Amino acid sequence: MAEKWKEQVRIIHQDKISEGIYSVWFQTERIAEVAVPGQFVSVYCKEGSRLLPRPISICEINQQQGQIRIVYRIAGAGTKEISSYSSGDVLEIMGPLGNGYTLKKEKAFLIGGGIGIPPMLELAKQLHCEKEIILGYRSGADLFLKEEFEPYGLVFTATEDGTFGTKGTVLDAIKENHLSADQIYACGPTPMLRAVQLYAKEHGIKAQISLEERMACGIGACLACVCQSKEVDTHSYVHNKRVCKDGPVFDAEEVKFE
Amino acid sequence: MNTKVTIAGVELKNPVMTASGTFGSGEEYSEFVDLNRLGAVVTKGVANVPWAGNPTPRVAETYGGMLNAIGLQNPGVEVLIQRDLLFLKQYQTKVIVNVCGKTIEDYCEVVERLSDQAVDLLEINISCPNVKEGGIAFGQDPKAVETITKELKKRAKQPIIMKLSPNVTSISDMAKAAEAGGADALSLINTLTGMKIDIEKRCFALANKTGGLSGPAIKPIAVRMVYQAANAVTLPIIGMGGIVTAEDAIEFLMAGATAVSVGTANFFRPAATIEVIEGIEQYMERHGIEDITELVGCVR
Repeated sequence: MAEKWKEQVRIIHQDKISEGIYSVWFQTERIAEVAVPGQFVSVYCKEGSRLLPRPISICEINQQQGQIRIVYRIAGAGTKEISSYSSGDVLEIMGPLGNGYTLKKEKAFLIGGGIGIPPMLELAKQLHCEKEIILGYRSGADLFLKEEFEPYGLVFTATEDGTFGTKGTVLDAIKENHLSADQIYACGPTPMLRAVQLYAKEHGIKAQISLEERMACGIGACLACVCQSKEVDTHSYVHNKRVCKDGPVFDAEEVKFE
Repeated sequence: MNTKVTIAGVELKNPVMTASGTFGSGEEYSEFVDLNRLGAVVTKGVANVPWAGNPTPRVAETYGGMLNAIGLQNPGVEVLIQRDLLFLKQYQTKVIVNVCGKTIEDYCEVVERLSDQAVDLLEINISCPNVKEGGIAFGQDPKAVETITKELKKRAKQPIIMKLSPNVTSISDMAKAAEAGGADALSLINTLTGMKIDIEKRCFALANKTGGLSGPAIKPIAVRMVYQAANAVTLPIIGMGGIVTAEDAIEFLMAGATAVSVGTANFFRPAATIEVIEGIEQYMERHGIEDITELVGCVR
């Protein structure tokens, strides 16, 4: 069993980095030491009426300082509460959870869409091979994290409204810039992942995609966050893999989107 | 200080167990909880064959609670025997298997298959609100409760606990029906049927539309129902519904429960069971209580 801990962690600092998007660094030696790109942490609210943890992907890991960073979007009252805390406040988190990306040597696309962009940052830092980074945003007004990717590879951008980079999706940006790769790492909304899955299949290349689903326990016990899988799952043998424990990163060909 | 309690002839080292479906078969939680310290582990519901469960989203948070509509996804009784029961054998705790089915025959098949297994008690789930067949279909009619209880009693080698639904007009009638059918114990409450609507997307929060409400929000209802059931029958009762702390658990004991289950709290406090056990011991010490059974049904 992979090691994980539920612990009280201190916020080093929290910043609003775009409209509704927050970045927070936690002091957590144990989690920082073993976490890998693509894993996530469960963040617990302090307000007692909000019981369930918010699963949020790890954006950066600083082993030397014993810190991890998460970047998240305010999606409701829970994430709004989390965004209200600042330097010195203590929150409860559990992690690192799930399986991260398997780092390969082949020329890579790192594809992030919207709030699926953050986990690609640590991956970009740790992946030492030729790589192109393709980021999809709603608009040129909220290009969060884009500059932070630039030291690690060529960055291409797509925006839904066409106000920056390619107008359209990350796939449109790939096409417009005549990009190619032998391995894809992706995280983003389901329509994007489905398109990435199709692209990988058509081009005969491997893709690792990170899924999102409503969770309760975060450790594989409650069976809330399943996705339909090609292979039978190891829990119930019914083609329902657990996003929290068997994922969140899956081989694209393994996942069946409804 | 004695914290031992007895349910249908099975002695538990303390009255704290896990609520079915919130603890898997214990493996995931064994990283956070020493299973040896639990009164019992109650496994997730198991049927005669694997069930795939419901579409996602399967859970949604509500004020002080959560809705779930997992739909009893499970690997079937063979995998339970070959994997989960073997795992649980390593621990000095009692094992209670929660049994589900679509028909009486399904339940009977599971109960018979488990007859020679290392299982201390069987908990019969006639109260899951999230499956179309079986489950709650058996749990909302006293005659059906009595019939299925009788059929299972004929076949079960282990004592049976009937798990009752709160989605009924009279919990006392259901408790009496189970007693009339020959049940050895009762557990209650299962979840309350609820609904949540996402007003931004104009859709149901759960793919199943409805789900079972659990968590602290339902505790007062559960305490009331345990009290009513305890006054209606002489069977031992396992009380549950929103227990997070020892204080919650003690309320259930005082209302008439012989043992208690910690459910939804496991999701946000993985070590909640241990905290409840320790908290009960501290309460007993503080109040000079020698035997925990003194607390059972002490508020009348």
